[in-house]
Amino acid sequence: MAEKKKMPPELKEMLRVGFNKEWRKELRKSIPAKERMKISSQKMPERGPEERNKDFNEVNIGLDAKLAKKEAQRCLDCANPGCVMGCPVGIDIPTFIKLIEIGDYVQSVRKIRETNSLPAICGRVCPQEVQCEETCNIKKAKGEGVKIGNLERFVSDYESLKGDVYIPPIQPATGKKVAVIGAGPAGLTVAGEMARNGHKVTIFEALHISGGVLVYGIPEFRLPKSILKSEVGYLEKLGVELRENFVVGLTATIEDLKNDGYDAFFIGTGAGLPNFMRIPGENLVGIYSANEYLTRVNLMKAYEFPDYDTPVFLGKRVAVIGGGNVAMDSVRTAKRLGAELAAIIYRRSRVEMPARVEEVHHGEEEGIEFHFLTTPIRYIADEKGRVKAMECLRMKLGEPDSSGRRRPVPIEGSEFIMEVNMVVVAIGQSPNPLIAQTTPQLNVGKWGNVEVDWDTMATSIEGVYAGGDIIRGGATVILAMGDARIAAAEMHKFLSTRKKKPKAHSAKSKK
Amino acid sequence: MAKILRRERLVPNIHLIEVHAPDIAQKSKPGQFVIIMPDEKGERIPLTIADWDKEKGSVTSIFMVVGTSTHKLSLFEAGSEVPVFVGPLGKPSEIKKYGTVLLAGGCFGIAAIYPVARALKEEGNKIITLLDVKANYLLYWEEKLRAVSDQFLVSARDSYYSCKDYIPKTLQNIIKKGSKIHKVISIGCTYLMYTCSEATKSHGIETSVSLNPIMVDGTGMCGACRVTVDGRTKFACVDGPDFNGHLVDWEELFSRRKSYFDDEIQSLCHWEKNNFPR
Repeated sequence: MAEKKKMPPELKEMLRVGFNKEWRKELRKSIPAKERMKISSQKMPERGPEERNKDFNEVNIGLDAKLAKKEAQRCLDCANPGCVMGCPVGIDIPTFIKLIEIGDYVQSVRKIRETNSLPAICGRVCPQEVQCEETCNIKKAKGEGVKIGNLERFVSDYESLKGDVYIPPIQPATGKKVAVIGAGPAGLTVAGEMARNGHKVTIFEALHISGGVLVYGIPEFRLPKSILKSEVGYLEKLGVELRENFVVGLTATIEDLKNDGYDAFFIGTGAGLPNFMRIPGENLVGIYSANEYLTRVNLMKAYEFPDYDTPVFLGKRVAVIGGGNVAMDSVRTAKRLGAELAAIIYRRSRVEMPARVEEVHHGEEEGIEFHFLTTPIRYIADEKGRVKAMECLRMKLGEPDSSGRRRPVPIEGSEFIMEVNMVVVAIGQSPNPLIAQTTPQLNVGKWGNVEVDWDTMATSIEGVYAGGDIIRGGATVILAMGDARIAAAEMHKFLSTRKKKPKAHSAKSKK
Repeated sequence: MAKILRRERLVPNIHLIEVHAPDIAQKSKPGQFVIIMPDEKGERIPLTIADWDKEKGSVTSIFMVVGTSTHKLSLFEAGSEVPVFVGPLGKPSEIKKYGTVLLAGGCFGIAAIYPVARALKEEGNKIITLLDVKANYLLYWEEKLRAVSDQFLVSARDSYYSCKDYIPKTLQNIIKKGSKIHKVISIGCTYLMYTCSEATKSHGIETSVSLNPIMVDGTGMCGACRVTVDGRTKFACVDGPDFNGHLVDWEELFSRRKSYFDDEIQSLCHWEKNNFPR
């Protein structure tokens, strides 16, 4: 949800400077606001549902230059842009949109990259409808804000296609070593920022491919792996070292890395602990955690079995328990793998679903069934120990709980049996416990979340910072990036005030 | 990428693989395992760490050839590289002074027993090693194991497959003979560990097994390796792999290990068709 906060003065100043540039004034004059408000929102071209629900290619095709220009023209270039406040990392949205309008895509993506190191990714997976597009000033007037996400995607894809990814100026080498633990959205962002500040950065990643949820969690049809590859390639161009197959906490502890000369740490190990309901039958064959199901399909490419060795069940009647993005990803994946019944089983109603609105909409078109106000209470096995059915209970909504959403209340006597031969439990992911278990002085909350000072992202250990799902539980890419930016700024401050290493390093020339 | 230093066949179907992994060699402890992936299209599979060399910077594992992944591993030569060799994973085995410890194992378990026996011996325990093999020529690492055992016994049968409960029978006899055994550690295929646990139950001897469920990531993030121990769900990769053999829900483990039986056969046939001339 867009958080109400005060705009930082530097951001306010930057927006003011941009707003007052000559070319911006000319552009605003060229099409008066009234005319702009008459332009209807440009629809993102999509592949047809019956075609796309059988393969893993992207659903959204992407705007072309004509559509992008028209959408960019809708933006009024407000003196007080509501969109910027809705963005968790404070991107200078008006500037990048106006640059699209005049056709300067290269400068537009550079503008975004000043704040957001993963624009092609965020353009696809951010829940813009509850962030920048929600707070857009036009939304209040016209009911539909500027399609900022589609524009972000347009201009970053352009950059990728051209192959001309902009490498920003890198500060002179500081001689300080930074260890980033986890190559997910938070870790990748910290790595980029710290490398630009002249520090020597190493990312330690437990899996064999970097990206975290971007590679194992989010399916190919929402986020092609080629996009991720180029974003990671960009970091390597900045001089970041990537060490995959390295589990911090086991292969080496934070203490070991300190002894190896690392001066600051960022923990971005994510929500890599699946939540189960602990109901009878949950360990039956055919019942997956969403993490396992998605990892088999997305990371291990089980949809290419037997060319790829890792198998995955091809359930014909699949129930996915949950209502978030992970649940939607799981159920749409199951559909693509041949499920005749691919159903969401959610204990609240549609309105309370945390999933991105576009995904729910796409899912409906693709033939996903939604069973609201329903929850499983046990699973039933066949004679071979595989799940063949589940017993469910109907719910109704009562008073709001601590999350602010109405609490589901069981309806007595409403039990019924639903035949399923595969289940994916997608009820949330908790922080992975490995680092906490192996780093004694690290303060950790009761559900495994690393405790931080929310203004600085500093943990209870000096020089060690954290952000993303490891401090929040399963959340979004953009929130992880927001945490990462704060942490990187603080880490840079921390390293700048430490004694410099005795060995002199030659300064890199500024670009 | 991790480089293979050595791959050799020890006995029919059982191979040794030594991989250059200096970080893992520094940190390895008895009872831990690695996850290995033979190639870019391969599976991630767990292999128990059988030995390590800190100076050389290498880690050694033993594997039995059963399906596609182990077939692929068995064809590696020194110099080949694998895209994944990560560890050391899992909680190390508890090494302390028990008194007399009996280690019972078979197949790939023979190698897995070695580092545990060695460490327990160093800790001052009396070590009885009991190994099960289908036939004498399938015994490997005999000298290594004798060197860390006070008593070394082999239960070898002919190839009459269904006579699998022999090791538990031998185990029962040893217990009945009277000398006090303070702990039993059983490592090998699921059935062997299950029957050994059953054999010690009535005698109330603390029994530890090294569970072998299917795994994918090995770091606790997917839950594929979940087992039920004492009525609660545990992840073998982070809570184990060692568990109290008397509290394991063995039926569930047997069932879950068969999850991909048909796929495994399909995969092996597919691989053989593509890799062997007609």
